[in-house]
Amino acid sequence: MSSADLTSERDLPPERETSAKGDLAPEHDGPRDTGMDDASLHRWLARTWRTPPGIIGALSSVDHKVIARRYLITAFVFLCLGGLNAVAMRIQLSGPQRGLIGPDLYNQLFTMHGVTMMFLFAVPIVQATGIYLVPLMVGTRNIAFPRLNAFSYWVYLSGGAFAWISFLLNMAPDVGWFAYVPLSGPEFGPGKRADVWAQMITYTEVSSLAVAVATIVTVLKQRAPGMSLDKIPLYVWALLVTSFVVLFAMPAVMITSTFLILDRLVGTHIFNPAEGGDALLFQHLFWFFGHPEVYIIFLPATGMVSAIIPVFARRPVFGYLGLVLSLIAVGFLSFGLWVHHMFATGLPKLGASFFTASSMMIAIPNGVQIFCWLASLWDGRPVIRTPLLFVFGFFFIFVIGGLSGVMLASVPLDLQVHDTYFVVAHFHYVLIGGSVFPLLGATYFWFPKITGRMMSERLGRWHFWLAFIGFNAAFFPMHLVGLWGMPRRVYTYPAELGWGNINLLISAGAVLFFLSFVLFAFNLVHGVLRGVPAGDNPWDAGTLEWATSSPPPSYNFTRIPVVTNVEPLWAERGTLPVATGLRVDARELLISTVAEAHPDIREKSATPSIWPLLAAIAVGGTFLYSIFTPWAIVWGAAPIAITLIGWFWPKGDPEDEE
Amino acid sequence: MNQRPAADLSGLPTFGHGPRSPTWWGTLGFMALEGTGFALAAGAYLYLATLWPNWRLSAPEPNHWPGTIVTLLLIVSLVPNHILNGYAKQCAIVPVRIGMVVMSLLGLAPLIVRWFEFLALNIYWDTNAYGSMIWILLGLHTTHLITDVGDTIVLTVLMFTHHGYSGRRFGDVGDNVFYWDFVVLTWIPIYLLIYWVPRLG
Repeated sequence: MSSADLTSERDLPPERETSAKGDLAPEHDGPRDTGMDDASLHRWLARTWRTPPGIIGALSSVDHKVIARRYLITAFVFLCLGGLNAVAMRIQLSGPQRGLIGPDLYNQLFTMHGVTMMFLFAVPIVQATGIYLVPLMVGTRNIAFPRLNAFSYWVYLSGGAFAWISFLLNMAPDVGWFAYVPLSGPEFGPGKRADVWAQMITYTEVSSLAVAVATIVTVLKQRAPGMSLDKIPLYVWALLVTSFVVLFAMPAVMITSTFLILDRLVGTHIFNPAEGGDALLFQHLFWFFGHPEVYIIFLPATGMVSAIIPVFARRPVFGYLGLVLSLIAVGFLSFGLWVHHMFATGLPKLGASFFTASSMMIAIPNGVQIFCWLASLWDGRPVIRTPLLFVFGFFFIFVIGGLSGVMLASVPLDLQVHDTYFVVAHFHYVLIGGSVFPLLGATYFWFPKITGRMMSERLGRWHFWLAFIGFNAAFFPMHLVGLWGMPRRVYTYPAELGWGNINLLISAGAVLFFLSFVLFAFNLVHGVLRGVPAGDNPWDAGTLEWATSSPPPSYNFTRIPVVTNVEPLWAERGTLPVATGLRVDARELLISTVAEAHPDIREKSATPSIWPLLAAIAVGGTFLYSIFTPWAIVWGAAPIAITLIGWFWPKGDPEDEE
Repeated sequence: MNQRPAADLSGLPTFGHGPRSPTWWGTLGFMALEGTGFALAAGAYLYLATLWPNWRLSAPEPNHWPGTIVTLLLIVSLVPNHILNGYAKQCAIVPVRIGMVVMSLLGLAPLIVRWFEFLALNIYWDTNAYGSMIWILLGLHTTHLITDVGDTIVLTVLMFTHHGYSGRRFGDVGDNVFYWDFVVLTWIPIYLLIYWVPRLG
């Protein structure tokens, strides 16, 4: 008998008759959805999958949509905070020798801006979008490892709060978002500021890694029957590749920040050249994470673009296979570029040439993607709505950022403009153009699914043009002022250099860009309160998240859809083929095979639990305490162990036992 | 949308072993990311070792014997580990309970010898970068050893309760076996790095 034949509890060897007692319910089966009428089915599923009421219930939620909403709102708050950092800096720089902000505060401001935007906004928000959408798009009832997902949110929230409370206490990191040694090391970084950076990074990346694992397993094992690899929506492909990049990149930054805190806290010498260490090792380790990080932010955005374009071009995307291969190629190549951040460190010429070549090579798969999208639009009948406007904005801005990227890949030019505003302009074009614009388009696109209401189209167009003009006014002149020699991270500049007027223009653009987000926030609130009801599928889109109601019920789908096409709802207009036979009295979902998505196992999904929150508190407390003493790890071990045991110990639900 | 039944899932099993189970894939994911951490730490060690011509920086050689004993214990433990896996697949509760007790003991034994390993390094973490790196490598693996032994003991206790006899628990045992393999396999390169690479110089 193979393990496959050992099907369910009912088929276990007879020994269980004698050993089974207590929580093992005598009847190991429950009502199934087969043949059940819609009203009873809804009643059963709603009761089984609900988030319990009350405050403890809310804190125990493991519903991927609830967690994702919290993530999205939190990330938006951090975006606003990081944006306010930027506005403060731009006011200070709007004219020469302004006295609004001193150098110490300015150092904290640009560090907090970078840390917040990279670690607390960009990565969490793209992962959060995935937490919401991936389970819906692959046609399952919850994300894999829902408690781990809940844990990740609490870690993220407390990690972000830790950074910002430190800022309020005037102990925010002031060493730049990448915190190079020796500046951040024990010799030149007194106080606790660099420790806050190190521990906050290690801690919040735990959250990112947890989400990556949950996303990968959801995509590989929980797809609806029939959704073979060549029928996975491109957005889901993008999230899958991104999660793999997270898996191999994030450990590098955790190693970096852990080495740093060890140097600072217990006197190791890893980055200390006087005792056999090396300062450049920090840069290698950091950028081995830091360059893939750019693609962790960018790849999900390309997935959003690939989701939006077919819907508004009114045809399936052109070059599905090419787009998937491009995503994978970019994922791999992103690990071969990190040294181009270090061209100014005096590396051997041959090494530098290699990294120049690989930096230019990554433009190829990215170019393939752009041409596939253009071909889809060319051959379709485009309907220009706000989501598509933002995609156009993405094309324009990202291509400019890509071009200045190809320029920077060349060592002689890089050496000239290293650490100037040219670089600041380049990466804001890439990051805002490549990620924020698609994200804004995606917000207009999926907002109706999340809230059940539409955002205002008119305000959306105003928002787009304000953002587009504001962004370019703020960041395009930075190329020029950078070429004129203005270094980044200076809190002021003398009037004689003649940078005053252009900086005033940049600041005016920044204010305009900021106002576009105020308008966006207004449109969000207006949409939630007064938006036109959306219905299930307001855009007549083709992927599975539109097959359920808006907002989706706790159990996502009354029955698991069966997939026959990459755009299932376009292939099966009218009636959706579904699978039946799942239990409705326990959280049962379908596990399928990795490549073909053949139905394989009826797996139980975890029930709500308060323990992930308690575990996050235990882990967070340990990290916080570790800024002050290495013994925190010893004292923290017991509460962490207790909360983890509480988390995994079965409570007697059917979900625990089978 | 209207629905029409097109597939019947009612006959599917409620658990599976190995790559059929999502937990196995989750474990693999964590191994991948932790393995990356090990590889980067080892890479950092080699980076520094090649950077300084007098690597080991005049420190005395580490005494390899405690490390070698740990290595032998870990390799030997793979045998009962895989026998246990076979019983878990067969859902045989009594042999699984015995196997879990054996694996808990075989987890504790190298942990005890590990204590003497730190003393046998013959250098402190704050002496120089060589000392820092070998303490870090050993510490990184010890963290994994402690967490996995802790996990194994908790699961052993669980298997002796009435929660033990369920498909899900047997799957947990299988994943525990899988993770122990990882803990053993990651040790081999670290053992070579700590005790034998310094002897090359």
